[in-house]
Amino acid sequence: MIYNLPFIAAGLIIIIGIVMMVTKKNLIRIVMGLALVEAGVNLFLVATGYIENGIAPIFTNSPGGEMVFPTVQAMTLTNIVIGIATTALLLSFVMIIYKKYGTVDVDKTGRLKG
Amino acid sequence: MITGWIMENLPALLLAVPMLGAILTPLVGKVSEKGRNAWVLLVSLAALCVAALLTNEVLSSGTVIYTFGAGTPASAIPADSGGLPFRIIFTVDAMSVFMAISASIVGFAVTLFSIAGDSKMSGKDSFYALLLLMQVGILGMVCTGDMFNFFVFLEINSLAGAALVASRVDKGYAVEAGLKYAVLSTLGGLLVLFAVGLFYGQYDALNMAVIADSMQFGVLDKIALVLLLVALAMKSGAVPMHFWTPDAYSMAPSSVTAFLVVASQASLYGVFRVVFTLYNVTLDYATIGWIIIILGVLSMFIGVTMAIPQKDVKRLMAYHAVSQTGYMLLGVGVGLAVLGNAAMMDAFGMTAMEGGLFHIINHAMYKGLLFLTAGAIFYQAGTRNLNKLGGLGHEMKWTMVFFIIGALAIAGIPPFNGFASKLMIYESVFMFSPILSIIAMVVSILTLASFVKVFHSMFMGPKLPEYEGVREVPRYMLAGMGILALLVILFGVFPQQVVDFLITPAATALVDQGSYIAAVLGGGA
Repeated sequence: MIYNLPFIAAGLIIIIGIVMMVTKKNLIRIVMGLALVEAGVNLFLVATGYIENGIAPIFTNSPGGEMVFPTVQAMTLTNIVIGIATTALLLSFVMIIYKKYGTVDVDKTGRLKG
Repeated sequence: MITGWIMENLPALLLAVPMLGAILTPLVGKVSEKGRNAWVLLVSLAALCVAALLTNEVLSSGTVIYTFGAGTPASAIPADSGGLPFRIIFTVDAMSVFMAISASIVGFAVTLFSIAGDSKMSGKDSFYALLLLMQVGILGMVCTGDMFNFFVFLEINSLAGAALVASRVDKGYAVEAGLKYAVLSTLGGLLVLFAVGLFYGQYDALNMAVIADSMQFGVLDKIALVLLLVALAMKSGAVPMHFWTPDAYSMAPSSVTAFLVVASQASLYGVFRVVFTLYNVTLDYATIGWIIIILGVLSMFIGVTMAIPQKDVKRLMAYHAVSQTGYMLLGVGVGLAVLGNAAMMDAFGMTAMEGGLFHIINHAMYKGLLFLTAGAIFYQAGTRNLNKLGGLGHEMKWTMVFFIIGALAIAGIPPFNGFASKLMIYESVFMFSPILSIIAMVVSILTLASFVKVFHSMFMGPKLPEYEGVREVPRYMLAGMGILALLVILFGVFPQQVVDFLITPAATALVDQGSYIAAVLGGGA
């Protein structure tokens, strides 16, 4: 049970993020929701990589023996970098929208219809 | 010596050429604008050449394996790894090169068009860099044999695409469309990543061949399948997740829109790859097949009915793009539904799949052409509103001819390429279920009706005073449209040769999961 906690937490964070994206009206909060989903996915990835009593693959001062193969950690790092780029791009879009429309409320910005 | 090196490293070059080109573009742009244009064209042409060489290589001598970082590219499994291919491997089979060559052709035509067509924009250095990066994303998605790598290229594709959609700010409208596209693509990408995590948790592998080989189809795999299908169908613009398509397609610069069509098809490729290569034998063919068929029929019908009342010509074409995606889903879905039954597969299943795949390349050509003509009209007339346009046929004769070719092709009129693939779909789907085939034909007729209306309101009628100064677009734009128009006609006149050369190997490669696994793991499927 205790080992499933990270997975449950990851699922919860993803669901909170998606609910936030669907229900909130403020564009910045929608971007925040997306960032939450991303954090949840990252937590899930790292949690799958946990091996009990595993040895971290750091050669300096390692006790020797078989080490953990750090694929998921590498994946998570990649996703964090991608996430930064995405969030920056999205927030810069929101900035331009605010400059042009004077609002970040979806009800007022939704000018593309049909 | 140098040719040998090139032939050995084709899959890596396919990505390295546009990627290095993209990074160097802003630097070349600092020196001279003309030089930058020439540079972008050169890179795009070089990428096309690499794709053509790779196509030739794969079609003549089978699937190419390229292992990054290994001593020799073909050694997928390191000797001391215990039989696990943990390096990033590109598995380039006939299906991959089919998508890659179609993307590269459109990429080159789009670049040619864009040199003149987007010359009024500011910030062109980054525009072309992003265009090339988007090509990297698309080519990577279709060539990679690694699930995580697929996700990374999907993100490159989406981010570059979103930035390009928003590139012509247009009082904020384009940015709004870009934001919508970026949010949905990122959410889709994260769902894909979650599914990848599920795979890794179970099978300790990211390589598609390894996952396919050890696929159990337990509860977690079913969740992963749903996540992958939802995310990739959303990115490919199938109903009911199509709502971003009209916004993004209509607000992006026309050259980008033509390329976004290819980007969506790369996601469609993802759907097919997941279903046929990752899951294949473990699936209940009929259920998943029918889900894809229903998605396809809905896309066809809702797309075309939404297209008819549109006033904005690019928005109208965008809904038609949704509708045409339905044909591809329908064809391949029918093929999947009868995959387990050898007799039905021989009778019509294979033809349906070939029709669906043939429609992918045809759609990339004629839809790209149509979006480029819309861009040419916007370039000269400054509006996309059908109620305001009129009488342009007097001056823009070539654009009109190209538009007619594209419109007849999308409506499935011989001798253009749309007819060839649609006929294959009608015939084979009719043997599966006559009603589906009839729906497909009705949708084609509605498409024709819609394009007759567009043609009439843009080109026919007397010359309007507000378009006094309008004349034919610059030569580069005509050349870009001309390449695609020529291919539309060639594919329509010689469909059998194209099918034999490109499509049948692609469909066979897609269906044959065993040989995909064997190509990587070496015989032990």
